[in-house]
Amino acid sequence: MRTVVIGATSAIALATARQFASRGDELLLLARDQGRLDSIAADLRVRNAAAVDTGLFEAAADTNYEGLAQAIWEQGIDCLLMAHGSLPDQAESQDDVVATRAEFETNGLSVISLLAAFAGRFEAQGHGQIVVISSVAGDRGRQSNYVYGAAKAAVSAYLQGLRNRLNKSGVQVLTVKPGFVDTPMTAHLPKGALWAQPEQIAAGIMNGLEKGSDELYLPGFWRLIMLAIKSIPERIFKKLSL
Amino acid sequence: MRSWGGLPEQPQTVRSAHWQDQILTHWQQETLATGMGRSYGDAGLAASGQMLSTRGMDRIISFDTDTGLIRCEAGVQLGDIMRLVVPQDWMLPVLPGTQFVTVAGAVANDIHGKNHHRTGSFGSYVTRLGLLRSSGELIECGPNDCEEWFAATVGGLGLTGIITWVEIQLRPVSGAWLNSETIKFNSLQEFFELSESSAQTHVYTVSWIDCLSQEVRGHFNRANHADTAAPLPRRKGLPGVPVELPISPINRWTLKAFNSLYFHRQRGARVSELAPWDRWFFPLDAIPNWNRMYGRRGFRQYQCVVPDEQISELLAAIRHSGEGSFLAVLKQFGDRPSPGLISFPRQGTTLALDFPWRGTKTLDLFKQLDAIVFSSGGALYPAKDAHMSALDFKMSYPAWEEIEQRRDPKLNSLFWQRVTGV
Repeated sequence: MRTVVIGATSAIALATARQFASRGDELLLLARDQGRLDSIAADLRVRNAAAVDTGLFEAAADTNYEGLAQAIWEQGIDCLLMAHGSLPDQAESQDDVVATRAEFETNGLSVISLLAAFAGRFEAQGHGQIVVISSVAGDRGRQSNYVYGAAKAAVSAYLQGLRNRLNKSGVQVLTVKPGFVDTPMTAHLPKGALWAQPEQIAAGIMNGLEKGSDELYLPGFWRLIMLAIKSIPERIFKKLSL
Repeated sequence: MRSWGGLPEQPQTVRSAHWQDQILTHWQQETLATGMGRSYGDAGLAASGQMLSTRGMDRIISFDTDTGLIRCEAGVQLGDIMRLVVPQDWMLPVLPGTQFVTVAGAVANDIHGKNHHRTGSFGSYVTRLGLLRSSGELIECGPNDCEEWFAATVGGLGLTGIITWVEIQLRPVSGAWLNSETIKFNSLQEFFELSESSAQTHVYTVSWIDCLSQEVRGHFNRANHADTAAPLPRRKGLPGVPVELPISPINRWTLKAFNSLYFHRQRGARVSELAPWDRWFFPLDAIPNWNRMYGRRGFRQYQCVVPDEQISELLAAIRHSGEGSFLAVLKQFGDRPSPGLISFPRQGTTLALDFPWRGTKTLDLFKQLDAIVFSSGGALYPAKDAHMSALDFKMSYPAWEEIEQRRDPKLNSLFWQRVTGV
């Protein structure tokens, strides 16, 4: 099994890559920091990965998505995990056009661009798995997090369409919507009872891949929370401080 | 966050470093590194109320399957290492009662295990470690290299710097199973006879005692590795304790009943079984967050090491006080010296008891026990302690001043502040 992880130094990606390694996958890891890539590559080799290669990729900066997809494709790919992203400070980015566009580029457009580059290739191959880390934040815009949420909403909607398209080709498209996860991206936030560890998310992803799932809320209770949040009428929702 | 025993009343804030370069960014003010937060008392809590978690630094740096030398980042957990190395016929030479301990925490508390009589403490198998000082200086030390830093850091309660990685010499092992034998005993004399004879024949020994019965009684457990390659069964965990119970079901009557039931649960005088390593080493891990059983007030563990003769006096004082404890654990340590300047494990017998926290009632008993422990030259385990006096600490850990000299100016714990007055 040849598996490619984009945004590999993210905590959710690493936890999932360890699961891939333990089943003996060949891994290609892409991220923007070579030092961190080296350290996770060493970890994954010890954990039974059949092979680990690394490469540099910085979302929004490296925009030759077609070239990247082609280079990856030539090595062969069975499973693609896209986990890169950033969590913008809403207060700082909401009135800043440049920051808003940059966050949308990182969390939304770069993901969609890569998917556009890979879609036809997977379709032609006739098998494979595409897993993308979206977010519960994309299910409904809230004043505290809508720059990030809007980008994730775009990704989730794009994945729905892509899944619909690739269904007949036998390609699984899995949208993962984690809730609060204790990762470097959220290191500055206070943690409460709803927070999960990256390992829980990884276990859920592996389960979803095995079962051929389409969309996963992780941990599972977020499906109910988001159902409740989505069902609040907008004229009431707009008055809430969420 | 609070400690495992439920300290303190004022929660601490935690920042997380997932990569080594993030440590200094978060380390502008005085702090204390934390991992899994399993220290029972205040040794794992920052004097400043601001903790720095290195739990996310959980990558394995290298593992040589030929020599059994493994190097890991600070936040790698012992259970994680075991799951990785046991299938390759290696294991950690020293394991505590829970797998949810980071390597840095294991070093900082120089932890011990059920094989102490043979192997000594965890620090004896640490070959090198990386230590980051708040000045940005990186110190690499080992038993033969910068050994003063090594001796101050092993068992040094995380005060000499933030441990960034640890290299450990693993022990070869065949298979993941243990031949375990549980023998009932009905007096302390029987315990010591079993302990002395089993030390020669068994790698692991530990006992559970019923400290509430009129006569000392308990189960003596001893084990050796089994030579079987059978795969491990999947461990069935219990649901755990989801929240802190508003009213704790643990009181002197339920404890007495529980202990009695537990003692008689085993029908025969001697029972043998083949046990998988995880269940054998970490029985309590089957109940996640068992500490919440004690409710909001929490509990205190009292763990001391004393000359063998003092055990009966300690048990008599506990029985007399009526303060109950289940999970009273008794074990004879060996004579292998610990490498740390202020390591806890030393020759003698260690007794560990959990008490529901009942304020001054519990504290009064602890003071009585302290009198017995310290007059006999014993010591309390800092990782479990929340009450030891400065005088008692300084007497039982005379090398404390060397730790103080090497303490990073931007690291301090509530424990260290209390027992040294700095």
